[in-house]
Amino acid sequence: MSAARTPDDTRTVLDGAEITRALTRVAHEIVERAKGADDLVLLGIPTRGVFLARRIAERIRAIEDRDVPVGSLDITMYRDDLRRAPARALLPTEIPPGGIDDKVVVLVDDVLYSGRTIRAALDALNDIGRPRAVQLAVLVDRGHRELPIRADYVGKNIPTSKSEKVHVLVTEHDGADAVAISGHANEEDQ
Amino acid sequence: MSNDTYVIRHVSVLGGDPADLVLRDGVIAEVTAPGAASAEGATEIDATGLVALPGLVDLHTHLREPGREDAETVETGSRAAAAGGFTAVFAMANTDPVADTAGTVEQVWRLGHEAGLVDVQPVGAVTLGLGGRQLAELGAMATSAAQVRVFSDDGRCVHDAVIMRRALEYVKAFDGVVAQHAQEPRLTEDAQMNEGPLSGVLGLRGWPAVAEEAIVARDVLLAEHVGSRLHVCHVSTAGSVEIIRAAKARGVDVTAEVTPHHLLLTEQLVTSYDPVYKVNPPLRSEADVAALRAALADGTIDAVATDHAPHPVEDKDCEWSAAAMGMLGLETALGVVAEAMVSTGLLDWAGVADRMSVRPARIGRLDGHGRPIAAGEPANLVLLDPTAPRTVDPAALQSRSHNTPYAGRTLPVSVVATFLRGRPTVLDGAVVGGAAVRA
Amino acid sequence: MKRHLLSAADLDRDDALLVLDTAAELAQITDRAVKKLPTLRGRTVVNLFFEDSTRTRISFEAAAKRLSADVINFSAKGSSVSKGESLKDTALTLEAMGADAVVIRHSSSGAPHRLAHSGWIQGSVVNAGDGTHEHPTQSLLDAFTMRRHLAGGKGDLEGRRVTIVGDVLHSRVARSNVLLLATLGAEVTLVAPPTLLPVGVETWPCATSYDLDAHLKHTDAVMMLRVQRERMNAAFFPSEREYSRRYGLDARRMAQLPDHAIVMHPGPMNRGMEIAAEVADAPRSVIVEQVANGVSVRMAVLYLLLGGANLGDGTEA
Ligand SMILES: [Zn+2]
Repeated sequence: MSAARTPDDTRTVLDGAEITRALTRVAHEIVERAKGADDLVLLGIPTRGVFLARRIAERIRAIEDRDVPVGSLDITMYRDDLRRAPARALLPTEIPPGGIDDKVVVLVDDVLYSGRTIRAALDALNDIGRPRAVQLAVLVDRGHRELPIRADYVGKNIPTSKSEKVHVLVTEHDGADAVAISGHANEEDQ
Repeated sequence: MSNDTYVIRHVSVLGGDPADLVLRDGVIAEVTAPGAASAEGATEIDATGLVALPGLVDLHTHLREPGREDAETVETGSRAAAAGGFTAVFAMANTDPVADTAGTVEQVWRLGHEAGLVDVQPVGAVTLGLGGRQLAELGAMATSAAQVRVFSDDGRCVHDAVIMRRALEYVKAFDGVVAQHAQEPRLTEDAQMNEGPLSGVLGLRGWPAVAEEAIVARDVLLAEHVGSRLHVCHVSTAGSVEIIRAAKARGVDVTAEVTPHHLLLTEQLVTSYDPVYKVNPPLRSEADVAALRAALADGTIDAVATDHAPHPVEDKDCEWSAAAMGMLGLETALGVVAEAMVSTGLLDWAGVADRMSVRPARIGRLDGHGRPIAAGEPANLVLLDPTAPRTVDPAALQSRSHNTPYAGRTLPVSVVATFLRGRPTVLDGAVVGGAAVRA
Repeated sequence: MKRHLLSAADLDRDDALLVLDTAAELAQITDRAVKKLPTLRGRTVVNLFFEDSTRTRISFEAAAKRLSADVINFSAKGSSVSKGESLKDTALTLEAMGADAVVIRHSSSGAPHRLAHSGWIQGSVVNAGDGTHEHPTQSLLDAFTMRRHLAGGKGDLEGRRVTIVGDVLHSRVARSNVLLLATLGAEVTLVAPPTLLPVGVETWPCATSYDLDAHLKHTDAVMMLRVQRERMNAAFFPSEREYSRRYGLDARRMAQLPDHAIVMHPGPMNRGMEIAAEVADAPRSVIVEQVANGVSVRMAVLYLLLGGANLGDGTEA
């Protein structure tokens, strides 16, 4: 889900312009569904989800001329694979000053895959407060869910095999916008 | 005496030219040109490539019996000694009860005789109960069946200057020697390792070199003053070496020993906090090791003595400060000396024979040991293979205990055979005989 | 990170910053209603205390519980252990319980090292103070506290001047602090009477001095070490009065410190001996905060040590 560099066997599936269009569409859908409600909070999941959340917030401001609070939600301490993976450095959790109680929280992540990250995010949210509703926005849904979780807003559905890797690059962090896939689709499920 | 005759063929005597040795009736009957000795009625041993030394003599062994038979007995310690190439060991007095009476030293002597693998020569305590206050009956021990000549409170230091002076004077009456464990007690209270930068970093209470050197200096002056013979146990510091060197140059009758471990190991091993490296005096610095090797090579230090100190597992398998001090030595001494002194070119095999047999026997007044390998001399011998390295396996040791600091280490030589008065106690590296070998 | 935390020397600069940064994130959780994280659910942390230290034990216990670990407190003092049950037997018992981490406090220097390397147990070992050797988590919480006050809560302590005063010889806190602070770039000066500086201290990565007054003006943080009155009997210093006059921190000396400087003490304090009551309670004293930061730092340590990759026999996690 992350790589600053794109390997040679990589094919780009979304370029910068397509990402911008996808995020604009997601912003429109969020606004439409919120029906003018002023209790939206966007929480990006670090690292790239936070930048995507900020961009969506900018577009909402462009559409509706109002500020949506944006924060970040680190899910590291809620992961279920600590026994298998090395401990990771924590990333910042920043809840906007108004908090999340009785708000509509839109979680923003770059790629939706197994759903475990979102499961962890829901647990983390639960320890912080009690939102009125929680929604999920992702730039890419690549399939292969392992939990009953689906996104409310999807930038693009990209079918993949499990042996492939999806790389999301954002200008703020990686110097360019792109979504690319590397690896071989024919090594399905090994 | 046995009727068996052994012909040892093509053996290099003290590392010199090959010869045949004929052992009969407890003595070396003949020394002949290689291949020349008659084998009629004899057991032949092909010793091509092997080196013959006089049987090794250890001035400093803890056999633990009576009192701590769970750590070692005279019998198991004798097996360990034979396996290490020794034909005589001096058994330290810090047993329970302390060897401070004629009765106790005779008991140890008799147990050694019954085991029949090495001559066990008891050391008598200097003071009653090692208490440092009242002299033990040194004369009674000297005239007992054990004929004690070496007196030591080893494990403790005879720190009272008056008691030390009197002991030095008193043993002159029967040509005894006081062997001092040099450790100023106040400077070493609860001491855990060599005092230096490393003890500061490891947070372990230091055992400063000066605590040894202060006692060595005092004792040398006392011996000089009263004209007595002094032996310094397990010298461990470069400073002690300098004091002894200067005293010898002045003509003081002082001798000294060094342990194999102080010739090879340094305090760096303590960084593991593994109590197998906990010993008293403690392992010292690289510079001390170099000074001790040089002193043994030039004769300032007279002898290698093992300070063989068996401890049961529970006394070592614990945290550092709770662990007992001491390490095994008998079965590895020759290999360690070979590595530290022979491989480095500091001593040849004749030098090893001098420091591990001739001089210790002379210091302890043990007439039948440390003799030349020549016709008519007692047949106390060790045959070693200088080209057969041996990896130390604690479980394979003869000692009842396993606290060797050399586990897994490969030492450059192995003991092939040991003869005590013409009878093999070790053949092909294995202990043989035992009680049956008694003279 | 290595698999065990036995010495502050086990932490390189990156490791140390990782612990401090993690602790900083975890410290935020202390401010919210739900203070508990599910991170170590199903893992067992044993507090094995062979020596009384209620404060340290409670700190580790709170840290483990906030990470949802199962906590077993094994207070060896006054139990069968002090009657001769060995460290080894205790370790084998803990191994049978399936301890994922053992937090050990012991009066014998090196006991945690022994526990970690003897093959008696599989889990991670955290040194919670061993003899006169080290107390690495104390040094981490001290560095965390200094970083908050002197470095904006971020990065290392490059160029910060730390003066540690008192019984360095017997202090595990001083040893760990010297190592960690040097790793983080601070300039440490140990101030003590010569009797209370260890042999070989000149080889440590710090400066030493016998004169406290000469250093206070150039100090960003001054840490006062506890001095036991019994040391007087072993002739380390002549009297309590002389000690506190020469090496105690009183109001007059505190006034010489720069305005931004902080006063620290690892506790428990001997008020009137190494530190005057008015200094201990002064606004620039961060002694109470040190205690609070201890929980965050120990949470960070437990989390980072129990990360899954250390479960094999490799030493890196
Ligand atoms: Zn001794």
